[in-house]
Amino acid sequence: MARAVTNQRKAINTAAAWIVGLLIFFPILWTILTSFKTEAVAIADPPVFLGFDWTLENYRTVLERSNYARFLWNSIIIAGGSTVLGIIVAVPAAWSMAFVPSNRTKDILLWMLSTKMLPAVGVLYPIYLIFINLGLLDSRLGLVVVLMLINLPIIVWMLYTYFKEIPVDILEAGRMDGASLKDEIIYILTPMAIPGIASTLLLNFILAWNEAFWTLNLTAAKAAPLTAFIASYSSPEGLFYAKLSAASTMAIAPILILGWFSQKQLVSGLTFGAVK
Amino acid sequence: MNLTNALFAASALVSVAATAATADTITIATVNNGDMVRMQGYTDDFTAKTGHEVEWVTLEENVLRQRVTTDITAKGGQFDIMTIGMYETPIWGANGWLVPLDDLSEDYDADDILPAMAAGLSHDGTLYAAPFYGESSMIMYRTDLMEKAGLEMPKAPTWEFIREAAAAMDDDANDINGICLRGKAGWGEGGAIITVTANSFGARWFDEDWTPQFDQPEWKEALTFFTNLMNDYGPAGYATNGFNENLSLFQQGKCGMWIDATVAASFVTNPDDSTVADKVGFALAPNHEGVEKRANWLWAWALAIPAGTQNEAAAKQFIEWATSKDYIELVAAKEGWANVPPGARTSLYENPNYQEVPFAQTTLDSILAADPNNPTVEPVPYVGVQFVAIPEFAGLASQVSQEFSAVYAGQQSVDEALEKAQAIAMEEMEAAGYR
Repeated sequence: MARAVTNQRKAINTAAAWIVGLLIFFPILWTILTSFKTEAVAIADPPVFLGFDWTLENYRTVLERSNYARFLWNSIIIAGGSTVLGIIVAVPAAWSMAFVPSNRTKDILLWMLSTKMLPAVGVLYPIYLIFINLGLLDSRLGLVVVLMLINLPIIVWMLYTYFKEIPVDILEAGRMDGASLKDEIIYILTPMAIPGIASTLLLNFILAWNEAFWTLNLTAAKAAPLTAFIASYSSPEGLFYAKLSAASTMAIAPILILGWFSQKQLVSGLTFGAVK
Repeated sequence: MNLTNALFAASALVSVAATAATADTITIATVNNGDMVRMQGYTDDFTAKTGHEVEWVTLEENVLRQRVTTDITAKGGQFDIMTIGMYETPIWGANGWLVPLDDLSEDYDADDILPAMAAGLSHDGTLYAAPFYGESSMIMYRTDLMEKAGLEMPKAPTWEFIREAAAAMDDDANDINGICLRGKAGWGEGGAIITVTANSFGARWFDEDWTPQFDQPEWKEALTFFTNLMNDYGPAGYATNGFNENLSLFQQGKCGMWIDATVAASFVTNPDDSTVADKVGFALAPNHEGVEKRANWLWAWALAIPAGTQNEAAAKQFIEWATSKDYIELVAAKEGWANVPPGARTSLYENPNYQEVPFAQTTLDSILAADPNNPTVEPVPYVGVQFVAIPEFAGLASQVSQEFSAVYAGQQSVDEALEKAQAIAMEEMEAAGYR
């Protein structure tokens, strides 16, 4: 039974949620505001919040100096490609772990996760040398593969959790009706796990979009995504905070919009099975 | 199609094919400093002259270092030109990682490169990187506040005068700090200013046997002086201020004095960004009374070609274009003499138009006063003024400067920091086999 909640308590909870939400969102808001300031106003002390002459000059400069479309396209291909490829590899893996577990399944899951504990820079040279030999440096294909591998443990874990929620009897009924393994995964399991797969897709797309170690270290001019676009506006000798903010806003805008429209799926997917 | 048209078409095809055969696309890794941004804007001029296209990869300074180091050591061949500094050049040149620039054309006039810059960018007398712009450190001060304080800035002041002036200009009621200096951890940030301050007190990083010298009285005197000066007259939270933070403070009129890179002079005198553009004076970096060395560093952002590039000829053409006298003239014609890349060529300082720029002479004097082979009073086994040109320095100096920043933040005493610095340096030098 749901606990009775007084109106007063509701109001306090709502206010607290808003405060926490605003606190988390504030750095992004500040970045967006700064992107509309001149460089002089951007560094003003005390800082100016809203009362300044809004300008689009920074966006104009950034668009003039950088090929935004190319960076954006690279980000879409790299993040999208690695996520889709990851799902294709992870669905069968998660299926076998969820429905045909062995004595070592838990160990394998933990071992997979342990690869996330290694600092990325520790394997920079081996991966760089492999990329040189395979001719994959500064290529979108190379980054798709690397980011897929990096996010694979998370994808497998998430899908495994969702698959565990699906009653094995349904799959068995399918088998009795003569469904092959392929049919079982494609026509029975996948449709039932769509909310889970959707949230896994979204979360991994966001992770791949924001990944900034490999995307900076394995690209140069051709395959560089939006992370490199932002990095190109940071300066050791010069105040370009407003332009940096404009570049950051342009880099996060697509993913922010995507997140906004899909927040329902994200939240439902992430809390899936939480109240078992 | 008649015969003439056919001939035209054929000749056009031949010329396109010929251009395609000789025109390359070169990839250049660089940082987002004002002069580099300007250079990117003039790339069309280079393409028009040579037919070569240019792809720019602009990265944050530390990412750039890591990125180009990985690529050069693994022979990735991602870049045809790299923007590197005076610290990396001699080390990488010695390792055979860079293409020697000893066959630049006569028109280029390599002898015109300022001798201090050429020396710092060479190994065994061979130039490995061409300076795009060079810098030293100098004092930038507010002429109006100095006048109000009833003082006159000498051309070459002492630290003792700087302290007196900082005390006189410090004005808490009007939010003006007597002096702004870098305190931020990092060998290229706070590490640079404290090292040149130490030089000007007669301290040194190592003696001739590579024994760290942080246990010597000169270091204690320098660090104590610096900390007291900043605690008394510096901005709050200076332990995290680097170049950009101090530039911001100075431009908003919150610093009486600022000792930092000479390249900042064009920023603080630019009325578009600086509220004090017409009230800035310049002087040589200070020395401690009785010590002949001053707190001026020497640095260059330079262009180098990694060994193994497929486009060496085109890369050399680019370097000759970007660091040439003609490029300086091009920028001067379009944006004025105050905006040309400074500190690289002798002829720039002989140019009467440039001599009218208010900070030109002090910049040149500051560069000339820095000697990478004799950075401090006593002899040292290393090259470099605000750094020590050995591969271990970047890691070591970052740790040491973290200890110093902890002093500025009030987290430990000068003695504690120097004791730790000595232990860190001793361990590092022994591990690396210098001792």
